[in-house]
Amino acid sequence: MKHSHNAHCHNTLEQLNAYIDGELDPALCSLLEEHMENCEDCYIVYNTLQKTIELCRSDGEKISLPQDARQRLYAALKLEDDLTSEE
Amino acid sequence: MSEHNNHNVPDLAALQRKEKGAFARLVDAHSDKIYRLALKMLGDQQDAEDVLQETFIKAFNHIDGFEGRSKLSTWLYRIAVNEALMLLRKRKGKLTSIEAGVELDDGEVMPRQIVDWCCLPERELMKDQTRQAINRAIQTLSDANRAAFLLRDVEGLSTQEAAEVLEISESALKVRLMRARLALREELSQYFSEMMPDKVL
Ligand SMILES: [Zn+2]
Repeated sequence: MKHSHNAHCHNTLEQLNAYIDGELDPALCSLLEEHMENCEDCYIVYNTLQKTIELCRSDGEKISLPQDARQRLYAALKLEDDLTSEE
Repeated sequence: MSEHNNHNVPDLAALQRKEKGAFARLVDAHSDKIYRLALKMLGDQQDAEDVLQETFIKAFNHIDGFEGRSKLSTWLYRIAVNEALMLLRKRKGKLTSIEAGVELDDGEVMPRQIVDWCCLPERELMKDQTRQAINRAIQTLSDANRAAFLLRDVEGLSTQEAAEVLEISESALKVRLMRARLALREELSQYFSEMMPDKVL
């Protein structure tokens, strides 16, 4: 399968981010959705772009400051006495 | 003081009087976020810790100058991003030859990888190896695009807030965000395409 960069596909790509962020004009949304129904390549780009963002976000959600690093931070800030409210 | 609604928003007046308790609450409320941003900007735990410490030291020293025009979190993110960028610049001074070819995600990003890997099972998408691939992909972005992406898509800031942190226009932020997202999609598509049951489409 080869991605053909025709004008429709090009427009779709330009608008994809605004579409994902819910910032695209409703009229343009319907045009874009109509294009994606008929263009598998653009649909795949949309789908995987969305999933890419979702994966990066959920990976980020799993990160918190490790306990030993937290202790070093409070020590550096001379706040050791306040390091109690760990809930 | 309505502790119930506002326990995440330290009292600015108390901060500016340099009250330790207020400052401890500020650190408590924001240290995870700042650490995550620094870790993803730098890809290194020790560097992330340094940036985290430096951010709060600077915040403590300069809280008098905070005028409350933006949110405290925006202000903290700005200090942290600047600290991280400074560290990255220092690193580049030492490693120019390695870094020279890294800015792949500027200019037009045309999709090359057209593989629908969304159907891969969730356990495949969330295993450690995949998380490593995600982090490697994030590290391939240019510093400017990476910062935009992390603030907007990982930290969940609005376009306006993220633009404020980076002190750029909203339209400039959108351009960086688009390039970062498309470049990440290429990287992850390449990674996942090798796991697809039938690689030949
Ligand atoms: Zn298309």
